[in-house]
Amino acid sequence: MSRLPITKTPKVYVGGAFIRSESGRTFPIKDAGGNFFANIPQCTRKDLRNAVEAAAKAGPGWAKRTPYNRGQILYRLGEMLEARTADMADALRVGGATPATARREIAATVDRLIYYAGWADKYEQVLGSVNPVAAPYFNFTVTEPMGIVGVIAPEEPPLLGLVSLIAPVIVSGNTVVALASGVQPYPAIVLGEMLATSDLPGGVVNLLTGLHKELVPTFATHAHLRALAAVASAEERKTLALGAVESVKRTKFWKAEAPTDWFAGKAQSLYAIRDFLEFKTTWHPIGA
Amino acid sequence: MPTLAADKKPARSAGRNGGRIGPGPGRRPVTELIFGDLWEFDPAPETADPKLKPRYELFINGQFVAPRAGKYFDSINPANEQKLAELALGGEADVDAAYAAATRAFETVWARLPGRERGKFLYRVARLLQDRAREFAVAETMDNGKPIRETRDFDVPMCAAHFFYHGGWADKLEYVAPGRRMAPLGVVGQVIPWNFPLLMLSWKIAPALAAGNCVVIKPASNTSITAVKLAEIFQDAGLPPGVVNVITGPGATGGYLMAHPAAAKIAFTGSTEVGKVIMRSVAGSDKRMTMELGGKAANIVFDDAPIDQAVEGIVNGIFFNQGQVCCAGSRLLVHEPVADLVVAKLKQRLRVLRVGDPLDKNTDVGAIVSRAQLDTIQRYLDIGVKEGAEMWQPPCRLPAKGYFMPPTIFTGVTQSHCIAREEIFGPVLSILTFRTIDEAIEKANNTAYGLSAGVWTDKGSRILKMSTELKAGVVWANTFNKFDPTSPFGGYKESGFGREGGRQGLLDYARLV
Repeated sequence: MSRLPITKTPKVYVGGAFIRSESGRTFPIKDAGGNFFANIPQCTRKDLRNAVEAAAKAGPGWAKRTPYNRGQILYRLGEMLEARTADMADALRVGGATPATARREIAATVDRLIYYAGWADKYEQVLGSVNPVAAPYFNFTVTEPMGIVGVIAPEEPPLLGLVSLIAPVIVSGNTVVALASGVQPYPAIVLGEMLATSDLPGGVVNLLTGLHKELVPTFATHAHLRALAAVASAEERKTLALGAVESVKRTKFWKAEAPTDWFAGKAQSLYAIRDFLEFKTTWHPIGA
Repeated sequence: MPTLAADKKPARSAGRNGGRIGPGPGRRPVTELIFGDLWEFDPAPETADPKLKPRYELFINGQFVAPRAGKYFDSINPANEQKLAELALGGEADVDAAYAAATRAFETVWARLPGRERGKFLYRVARLLQDRAREFAVAETMDNGKPIRETRDFDVPMCAAHFFYHGGWADKLEYVAPGRRMAPLGVVGQVIPWNFPLLMLSWKIAPALAAGNCVVIKPASNTSITAVKLAEIFQDAGLPPGVVNVITGPGATGGYLMAHPAAAKIAFTGSTEVGKVIMRSVAGSDKRMTMELGGKAANIVFDDAPIDQAVEGIVNGIFFNQGQVCCAGSRLLVHEPVADLVVAKLKQRLRVLRVGDPLDKNTDVGAIVSRAQLDTIQRYLDIGVKEGAEMWQPPCRLPAKGYFMPPTIFTGVTQSHCIAREEIFGPVLSILTFRTIDEAIEKANNTAYGLSAGVWTDKGSRILKMSTELKAGVVWANTFNKFDPTSPFGGYKESGFGREGGRQGLLDYARLV
């Protein structure tokens, strides 16, 4: 009898650990051939709250890292993904990617990480300013991360879409609680394994899998999420926008019904970083 | 004649500035003379003509037009409760007409105009306002109740400065967002508050026009006169019809204006409560938003601070514009070693603040904008006393008519007190103390708001540490309540989002292509 392979139990990456949903719920996914592949954690709002707690713990330390250090860590994540292309390609092929399209998506994702890694110690110089006020004061504007950002990834492409939303958010010192593609959650599971072996501190990126319709309302109303970056349907956008009001969350939406080309050059930008920054202006008198 | 200051308890020696006021130990207390106690001040009224009309219409499509429904409401001078003028009560049909005019102006004229020419219009507005500065200052003071010293030296010149500053940006937009091109959004709907009527108008209109947008704006119903007067300047400047439309009217008209389908973006300055109502009303639409909402700023005084300057800063922080300022330093956090000294000096300083006729050039504290606001402030004073804080007001005579409130401080305030948590929007200072820098940071940040903060210390590294840790959009170090068109202003958390002023503020009025 030939050897029976050991299959992997998919777990989500939260607070630097691999966990099942607290609810014990899973949903099965099939591979491209239509056969059972694995049971994916069906995370709940309690999981989301726990993830926010993990992100809150990691936040101050991550924001205090030097920009140079954050850039190196993002670069390291790119290295991990590049080195494990075969592993990730297998994950993408579960969802129906061909070897060529899988490689293309991984290459674009690595490049995206490298792009944002490079911005880490530069965006401040472009976005901040010294302001020539008409009085004897030294006045300058710097950026600061907002805090914990909720990310809702597009269904497609499952890896590039997710990373395109996460990378510009964390490069400035924000932390993330992200909901992976609902139809292709498995690449996010594998991405978690790569995050764990990069130098990213646990809790900076927390990845959940589950049903969007179950989790969107909690993303909308959780008061400790300071901002939302969401690819969402018209109905979901309304839910998110309404829920965001009470704690005055900042929201950035992409329309699910008019899919973004995440491969395009325009899908990466300095302004994707800016969307999740606060501007702080400090005044001080100039005198003896 | 004002009475001699009654509260004569001498301050105990404390900190390195200790003993400068009050008697030394063992000596006989001497009567403390307060400047101005021994003589009457002659009135020094500003007499320039505000050139008010009996009735002001709506400004739509470059014309002053009567409201469709034919209704008007009275504008009251809060300093004497007399009617100043009648204002058009704009309704939904008027807002529709304004949006139609603005959309037409955007499509046919304004967005097609080269930036250089758009800028010239803004420069003209700035210049024409400077020409009529004193007239506008008097009108603003009569309309709002704030001292003429403030409207003359701050509100009006700063309003002109905003138009002048943004005029210069109009043909330089390619430098605002490196790597991308800026495109205008379309028609912007704006609603502004009553605390800085003209200045808020310029904060909203100038960047919107510089970026190529057209505007429908509603000033606060209490303070609409100078907005319609500014529309006269738009006419004189030859601003193309429809580029700016001014609708006066009640809050309901503002709600309709904000949710209007023709608005590509809305910008609101006002209370957090109303801001949330507006955000809910547009949830699910594609409108862009900027919100400048409430605040409960901490003004933090360390024991090494230059105390006399800090006291001036505390006074400016909370009594500027009668405390009706979203970024007012309404929570004073004092380092324990100097707390008694600071409070003693503050009380001494408040005894010489002159409360009264806003048109008097010597007045420091003018009238509260409305009876309703005065009642709100009074309610907070009652709550403060009931919650156990100790209230102190300087002895001062208030005018018989008008909505006046003496400067008020509360000592013995804790973080759970209502007056330490809620925005009062009046001349009311809540004083708390702290022992360590970490405690100061935690108390300062322990609020849902995050608009501004103040820090007073002589230690440079501590200023930078505080500035980094305070969750606020503006940090004033060894100063307070300073503003400039080049300096971005706006909040963290429930104080809103988006910035006004500077290159950063301009970007909120464009889409990137």
